Amino acid sequence: MSVQVDPELEVPVSVDTGSRAAPRKHRRLRAFVRNPTFVAGVMILAFFVFLAVFADLLCPGDPLDMVAPPVLWPGQDMAFPLGTDSLGRDVLSGLVHGSRASLVVGISAAAIGLAIGMLVGALAGFFGGRIDTALTRLIELFQTTPTFILVIVIVAIGEPNLETIAMAIGLASWPTVARLVRAQFRSLRESDFVMAARSLGYSRWRIILQEILPNALPPVIVAASVMTANAILIEAGLSFLNMRDPNIVSWGGMIGDGRDQLRTAWFLTALPGAAIALAVLSLNLVGDGLNEILNPRTEP
Amino acid sequence: MRMGRRVATTLRRTAIHAVPTVLGIIVLDFLLLRLMPGDAADVIASESGVATAESMAMLRQHFGLDQPLLTQLMNFLGHLAQFNLGFSPRYNMPVVDLILQRLPSTLLLMVTALALALIIGIAMGSVMAAWAGRWPDRILSIVVLLFYSMPGFWVGLMAIVLFSVKLGWLPSDGDMTIGADLGGWASISDRLQHLALPALALGSFFVAVYARLTRASMLEVQRQDFMRTAQAKGLHPLLIQLRHALRNALVPVTTVAGMHLGNLLGGAVVTETVFGWPGLGRLALEAVLARDFSTLLGVLLLSSLLVIVANLLIDLLHAWLDPRIEPA
Amino acid sequence: MSLLTVDKLSVAFPGHVAVREASFSIESGETLALVGESGCGKSVTAFSVMRLLPSNARIASGRILLEGTDLLSLSEPEMREVRGAKVSLIQQEPMTSLNPVLSIGLQITEVIRRHEKLSRRAARARAVELLDLVRIPDAHRRLDDHPHNLSGGMRQRVMIAMAVACRPRLLIADEPTTALDVTTQAQVLDLLDDLRRRLGMAVLLITHDLGVVAQWADRIAVMYAGRIVEQGGIEPFFARPLHPYSRGLLGARVDVDADEHYSKNRLSEIPGSVGSAAGQAGCSFAPRCPVAEPACRRAVPPLVALPDERAVACPVTVVLAGGPHGAALR
Repeated sequence: MSVQVDPELEVPVSVDTGSRAAPRKHRRLRAFVRNPTFVAGVMILAFFVFLAVFADLLCPGDPLDMVAPPVLWPGQDMAFPLGTDSLGRDVLSGLVHGSRASLVVGISAAAIGLAIGMLVGALAGFFGGRIDTALTRLIELFQTTPTFILVIVIVAIGEPNLETIAMAIGLASWPTVARLVRAQFRSLRESDFVMAARSLGYSRWRIILQEILPNALPPVIVAASVMTANAILIEAGLSFLNMRDPNIVSWGGMIGDGRDQLRTAWFLTALPGAAIALAVLSLNLVGDGLNEILNPRTEP
Repeated sequence: MRMGRRVATTLRRTAIHAVPTVLGIIVLDFLLLRLMPGDAADVIASESGVATAESMAMLRQHFGLDQPLLTQLMNFLGHLAQFNLGFSPRYNMPVVDLILQRLPSTLLLMVTALALALIIGIAMGSVMAAWAGRWPDRILSIVVLLFYSMPGFWVGLMAIVLFSVKLGWLPSDGDMTIGADLGGWASISDRLQHLALPALALGSFFVAVYARLTRASMLEVQRQDFMRTAQAKGLHPLLIQLRHALRNALVPVTTVAGMHLGNLLGGAVVTETVFGWPGLGRLALEAVLARDFSTLLGVLLLSSLLVIVANLLIDLLHAWLDPRIEPA
Repeated sequence: MSLLTVDKLSVAFPGHVAVREASFSIESGETLALVGESGCGKSVTAFSVMRLLPSNARIASGRILLEGTDLLSLSEPEMREVRGAKVSLIQQEPMTSLNPVLSIGLQITEVIRRHEKLSRRAARARAVELLDLVRIPDAHRRLDDHPHNLSGGMRQRVMIAMAVACRPRLLIADEPTTALDVTTQAQVLDLLDDLRRRLGMAVLLITHDLGVVAQWADRIAVMYAGRIVEQGGIEPFFARPLHPYSRGLLGARVDVDADEHYSKNRLSEIPGSVGSAAGQAGCSFAPRCPVAEPACRRAVPPLVALPDERAVACPVTVVLAGGPHGAALR
């Protein structure tokens, strides 16, 4: 007896017809260029990459060499615009060369963490059941141990060089990614296109790699930039605690060295710290920008 | 009565869940530490300067380091059942005593830092959400992003420069004034002053984490139907935000707070070093450098236990915040 | 004087106008049904009365008179005195319109204590009475329950208890039963109707269900693409809908003595959609209208008063009906 006005009657103005499909790639690209957060982050990051790549040209010579009288304040001698430390080493040269350690460790640690995390997460999420239970336990195990202490222990097992440090940070920071990827796989596993692929008899690996993985990537990409940022912070902490390669200059190490002069020459601590903060900031900006672009949410 | 039952169920469930995790951690940590090159005997021998093969063997036998791996693990588990974490050759005292001696100051530091971070972070996040897109939000977003990017120990060092060196307001070393025989309020005030800067340094990153999360969460809540219901009652906007929005928004914030507890403990290692704070974090670092495995294992184990206990507290908090969460 | 008079209300969102010069009035104690498809602007109209529009919406023009006071001229604190006390709101989705983390006792007493000086204890006693009134069994035990402990129908009853707690003059019910199953629907609407009589309040019932309208409303206003296209009493409306859109709505019901045009047409078979009305001149319904004339596409037809206290915004129908204030309809 009741007569319903069909609430679905109002069809939204049809979107995404064939005519729009073609310039879609451009649209995506434009979304990146137009996002100010992302652009700012990429520009700062590009600056640091530039420093790291051309460090030897920009500041020739070993940054660990004594080149001037100790503890020159910034501006005191224009040959060393950012001053020198207690051993007469050029601070500017240290900052420029130090970007290498931070970026190399940050990026490779994130890559290691991503690789382990995606593998574990994908296996747990795709297969479910006992594999999932066991892997989830493993994830929990690692999450219950404080990351930084775990990193210290792993670095202590090996030699304190860049490779070990990157490996240690990667080994300690994969659980976050694993959780993320697991959740993505669990929901995508049941989706229509995966069902379709299954009914076509595609192999498991093909479904995992070609069907699910590309769709699970956006949040992982965002996580990657945050992981790199965290890895840089962890590396800085390690170097500060003197768990570092003594032959390589690093920002955290410069802070550690400058700490003894904190009361008299605080710029020795302030400058490398500011460099760390700026590098991490750029990665966080990139992460925030990517998040806005890849997971758009309407905000009021 | 209903609440009491829920608390009991939550406790029981978490305890059952925690047992295999704890066992796994013990085995994992144990194996990890056996991978370390050298042992306490090496360190002691190299420090004393005299190292004959005989004295080394004696030391190893004394600490049980000459036993097979599995036997060592079994011994450890056996001792653990009696709350015996072994003996620290480095400090020449039982590990349990050593840890209990350091635990209170670390707990004090962590709880203070976490509380500060939660209070400031939630307040900032709420303000940002209320003015979303306008200048208070923009300015605070930048501040928060900076805190999110600065290493905590560096924040601590810079705070020392400002508040201790330049202004002379706060002390920068230790957890109390040594030798000053203070009593009553003076003693408490002295301790609080020593606590201020380390707590700020340790909490700074987490202020940013909670502020960002609270902002997102509060904005999400604003879209809910019950917010319009509350407005339709004629309630004051402030009351609506505090009573109706914030409590809903806090559920995800506390979840993340729980997930970050391990990081907070990790951050304590560096912060305690910067401020000469006599806590577990520094003990862990000293134990690593001294290859004092018994102590390190004890600290690792205890920090994992702390994380588990903290997560349990978070679960209880959730049960109170969100009545929909039914203990399974 | 009418209890509520909405006079030429227009509400704009960035990029589109949701309500265009809507005018209607509600007398004390009556139920007016505001009917239309989703997206036609009826909820926006309702929220305008409470001045609870989304932050990006703007009331472009018009007046909303409640007992002679223009609500649009009140300050925000003054408006808060009106909300919950004189005008209250029931929303569509009982699952989400109660706060999940607060007890229902608190959610009811907070509106009472907001508008009346009552102790916590007295407010709780009042809340129990209210839960009794909305026929929730074991009312005093339910106060400390949370919304997730209740069924959908029970939650909507709690919403009603909250809405009538301060004896408002006007209750706005925005699709109050859409989310409920059919049996519960009837119970909740019966309850609402009963409370309307007992408390002497008027109800603005927003719905897309003509069955609900026929059974529980005194008068109807039909909205299409932001405009009111027809209004009148329930009996004349159902006996002979005037606007072609109204006829379309009633297509499945009115199948004997109506024009052959509509005889088999359900509304869903009216060609086109509301969306197609955007940005064109003239009558919004013209593109879908079976009787539209060229003039319909040039100017917006005004709402013309007809005998029987009816009104319609369609020149074709007005002519058929014998012109404004003309002879009684066939």
